[in-house]
Amino acid sequence: MDSGDASGYSAGVDDDYESLLSTTDAELLKRAWRNEKAAPEILQYETALVQRSREQIQLMEETVEEFSKNGVDPLTLSLYQMDLDRTLFLLRSYLRTRLQKIENYAFHIQKNTDLWNRLSKQEQKFAERCIDDTEQHLDQSVLSKLPHGFKSHLKQSSLSLADDMVPEPQLDQYVICRSKKFLGSFQLDDSGEEPVNIEANDLYALPYKSIKPLVESGQIDLV
Amino acid sequence: MASQSDNSVAFSAAELEFLAEDEMVEIVPNMRMEPLNLISGDFGPFRPQIAAQVPLWLAVALKKRGKCTIRPPEWMSVEKLTQVLEAERDSEKFQLLPFHYVEISRLLFDHAREDIPDIYMVRSLIEDIKDVRFHKIGTGLEIISKEVTYALRLKNLSAMEANIVRPFVTKALQTFHKLNTTEAIPESGSIPNRQRQAVNQRDKRVLKGR
Repeated sequence: MDSGDASGYSAGVDDDYESLLSTTDAELLKRAWRNEKAAPEILQYETALVQRSREQIQLMEETVEEFSKNGVDPLTLSLYQMDLDRTLFLLRSYLRTRLQKIENYAFHIQKNTDLWNRLSKQEQKFAERCIDDTEQHLDQSVLSKLPHGFKSHLKQSSLSLADDMVPEPQLDQYVICRSKKFLGSFQLDDSGEEPVNIEANDLYALPYKSIKPLVESGQIDLV
Repeated sequence: MASQSDNSVAFSAAELEFLAEDEMVEIVPNMRMEPLNLISGDFGPFRPQIAAQVPLWLAVALKKRGKCTIRPPEWMSVEKLTQVLEAERDSEKFQLLPFHYVEISRLLFDHAREDIPDIYMVRSLIEDIKDVRFHKIGTGLEIISKEVTYALRLKNLSAMEANIVRPFVTKALQTFHKLNTTEAIPESGSIPNRQRQAVNQRDKRVLKGR
């Protein structure tokens, strides 16, 4: 479905702006992590957010170090350390979730420029290595021993029209999502379906592909 | 390897607890401590006997070291919970409870039992509420098979509950969806079908669902 569908819901942009100002990076990182974990496909890499979180983590690491040198009481120190650990966990888990998706869908991501551009530079490097290694492995262990016409790692046989041996994420998978505000009636993209009234703070189980633009524009959070 | 992208197992219980630990609670410190400027926000200053709002993980950390008492949230009183339980039994709807009520209450029972008045009562009420709600979820899910359901509204369902029904609900809905669309395609062919979608996108109707 085209992403134009989301444009009808631009009411309350001011609210967005307000909430954006009051939302901390910690909250944003949590949201990015949740969305990434729950979405079947890989989402846009949050370059700026990850960068900022990294800087904050580094700053906090320095603070903690300074504290321990200056003999700040151990309780305060341990609380700072805990906060640091929580943020580190979120960031790591976020990056790992992405790596796992890249591993699973490397060939698929590589084929599609849009998807490929969602990766960070390092992730692209990782994906390339993943692809090389998988190719080499498949070739050495099986494909080279198969008869001519069956040697591709992308196709079942040379007769296949599409790349039918490339695993793809299932976009029609259902996800559980929640919107912070009332989005009005929302038409799922398939024919004959009744539009859904998306109310604020309610949970819905909806097909991922039909709410995709809303996830990407940050109007809806995956839970 | 369990596939990460399979969102039927999107979150583990531990991860949900992690999220719940960011919910705010009120504590009464018994010590003096300067404000904490953490990545997750600024909290404090802490003065003896002066209540402060902190995230649950911080409250539990302080509690473990005997530095504060935790004030249980308002909804965790016997009175409030009794009301909820009654309403939960009387109505088909789910009552409004905090999104992380299972995790929050669990954490408080584990770490701050002496701070909760009537803890046995509170605990059994929450257990009962959980049971009633799970039973309702079970019967509520029958709806999926009875009528064609494309979207399911899970009003007032909590994080833990949603996470538990997730594998079943998402798979079931997807399967019904698939069966329905494969039925539709041979009749009209894929291209006219797509045109009809475009028209239908303008329609505004009301969700039946739950």
